[in-house]
Amino acid sequence: MSCCFRVHGRDFEKAGEASTEIKSLLKDLEVDPQIIRRAVVVAFEAEMNVVMYADEATVTFVLTDEDISIEAVDRGPGIPDVAHAMEEGWSTATDEMREMGFGFGMGLPNIRRNSDLFDISTQVGVGTAVTARIKLDDHG
Amino acid sequence: MKLEDIADVLGCEVLSPADHAVDIAAVVASDGMSEILAFHRPHALMLTGLTNIQSVRTAVVADVHAIVYVRGKRPAQKVLELAGAKGIPVLSTRLGMFESCGLLYDAGLEGAM
Repeated sequence: MSCCFRVHGRDFEKAGEASTEIKSLLKDLEVDPQIIRRAVVVAFEAEMNVVMYADEATVTFVLTDEDISIEAVDRGPGIPDVAHAMEEGWSTATDEMREMGFGFGMGLPNIRRNSDLFDISTQVGVGTAVTARIKLDDHG
Repeated sequence: MKLEDIADVLGCEVLSPADHAVDIAAVVASDGMSEILAFHRPHALMLTGLTNIQSVRTAVVADVHAIVYVRGKRPAQKVLELAGAKGIPVLSTRLGMFESCGLLYDAGLEGAM
């Protein structure tokens, strides 16, 4: 099964709604709670990254017999230095973002930590695509 | 440790219906939501000074059992309503983060990290 969500930049009020929906879906399907937590942390951090930095994005969730994949493809500024962005604590967040409880340089590292497979591609001035897979038979 | 005992230790006001029989084994404390997500343990208590809607969404994602807002902070009604809809008890203490963590540690709770 699969579903798609549109996520809009700066929409802090709705940020996290897609992740909450994904969590309900996975709970209804009686997926292992630890797998659900990992998948939903990935989805939530991906959503928050879009809300904080991008103009808009499509977040696609796909569940197969083997794994869960979450892909966030945004239209936005891109990331000039991906290596730095993957370091815990490195952030370009504004004070407004930090007041929302995010932007402490944990987002992408949290996504990678909770993924069995992780990929990021980005182009400055165009956007960023983050793909994460979580295996259903691996408690990581 | 029961939630009602935690409420006593911190002198909490209950802001949304709480199941006082809820058993809490660990605490995660931060104003940074990604920190909560990085170091959470299921069914922990979340201590935070952040009262926006994302605090509740983070609690949902991290599977925390209850939220205590520190420094006397109170979230808006819509935040309480979301917590209620998700079955997450919400309390508030006038104590700061440091004092709250110290008292809960002294009472036998451990950190979720």
